[in-house]
Amino acid sequence: MVSLLDIIGPVMVGPSSSHTAGACRIGLLARGLVGGTPERARIELHGSFARTGEGHGTDKAIAGGLMGFRPDDDRIRDALDIAEREGLAYTFEKTTIADDAHPNTVRITLERGDRTHEMIGESLGAGRIHITEVDGFPVEVHGNHHTIVLVAEDVKGSVARIAQLLADGGINIATLRLTRKERGGDAFMVIEVDDLPGETVRDAIRALAWVRWTHRLDKVSG
Amino acid sequence: MYTSLQSAIDDATASGKRLSQVALEAEARDQGRPIEEIRDALRRALKVMRRATDQGLVGDLYSASGLVGGDAAKLAASTAGPLAGSVFTDVLARALAVQEVNAAMGVIVAAPTAGGAGVLPSVLTGIAHAKGIDDERVVDALATAGLIGAVVAERASLSGAEGGCQAETGAAAGMAAGAAVDMLGGTPSAAGHAVALAQQGTLGLVCDPLGGLVELPCVFRNATGAAIALAAIEMALAGITFAIPADEVIDVMGEIGRDMDVRYRETAGGGLAQTPTGRRLARERLVQIKRAGN
Repeated sequence: MVSLLDIIGPVMVGPSSSHTAGACRIGLLARGLVGGTPERARIELHGSFARTGEGHGTDKAIAGGLMGFRPDDDRIRDALDIAEREGLAYTFEKTTIADDAHPNTVRITLERGDRTHEMIGESLGAGRIHITEVDGFPVEVHGNHHTIVLVAEDVKGSVARIAQLLADGGINIATLRLTRKERGGDAFMVIEVDDLPGETVRDAIRALAWVRWTHRLDKVSG
Repeated sequence: MYTSLQSAIDDATASGKRLSQVALEAEARDQGRPIEEIRDALRRALKVMRRATDQGLVGDLYSASGLVGGDAAKLAASTAGPLAGSVFTDVLARALAVQEVNAAMGVIVAAPTAGGAGVLPSVLTGIAHAKGIDDERVVDALATAGLIGAVVAERASLSGAEGGCQAETGAAAGMAAGAAVDMLGGTPSAAGHAVALAQQGTLGLVCDPLGGLVELPCVFRNATGAAIALAAIEMALAGITFAIPADEVIDVMGEIGRDMDVRYRETAGGGLAQTPTGRRLARERLVQIKRAGN
């Protein structure tokens, strides 16, 4: 259902809702994987992002997102200079991610402390985004909910346990998706929730012996 | 939200309400939010629109490529006109201003999109300025514009990559025309005719930006889009009706968009982008951006 406020908005730094606002949102989501501004970022641009990204400030928008700037933050214009001052070392490369990849696709690899994570995202237009892959696992994240991603050993009852912890914390689940690369291999869970899970809930999830790692990706639109 | 402009017009007419009121009530119902909260969001949007207009009229902002900038101030200061009345010139200058701010990575409201962001604020704030209309009524007009845009999004498209520029500045012209007629006290039905009259004038309009950048012709398309909206407003307020209903004009815009060759849908593969000068400028300016970035 189209909302009137989707049409009269978003408020954003120009010039392009797909190449600037959407790119910023992908950066914002990727930042969640390392829990803050990364020390290193390798940003690989595909298709139209690679061809016209510089002219649209796609590089500035992604760097801004990685530093926590939202699409309407006018610091985006100077994001590359700010990144250098803030100690975010970035590289931009042009690449072909896949022949049939969406025209506005980017792969972002981030390092912060001992964490390294990778995300592939698409900018669909009008500022809408779609994250298709995290650390090689296929996902579907749109950033209009708070999202919990976690990798766990493939143990029976894992979904029920996580759902119970969220319910105990008063968190309503919007969508839940479980994928794994092979039987008995690591399972990857993407849970979109209506409310921001607090520290207690997150600590409880992290404390589970079979959870390898978990991240919270905060809502970036809607 | 409504998926047919006609049903919104019918509801407004039957209940004796303005289109803006019907739009706000539908949004409140859909989203489960009080009307005042929606109006607050629209007030914030109007504030950003006004700030972008003011910034652009100063005339010191240029895009990274240098292809666009400074023309809003040039028009506002021109002593050559106005040929068609000062409101007309003022609206054109405001449309250029917002789009120049957008091209220079300033803050704008994408309404309906960033590439078409100049039309709606220029028409509404330009008319409000000339007629002494207060901001609360302009906020109402933004709700009407949102309703019209939502119908276009549902029935056709608001993306240049999907439907060409008719789906961006064309849709923006329809939104601005219908909203302005409602704001100026026209009937809901007259607002509908304004939408149809504006959009019929932009059917088939291609999206052909030089180098794929939201600069040229985008900045000027916003000004001509605003001009078409003003023409539609004048006609609709005079009681002129357009025989094809707005919903059908919107439907056909979507059809034309789907039939449009991909060269004319934001890919810079055709139109002005592929003229000899268009190709040369895109090549030179992209090199300039790279140099500036290093």
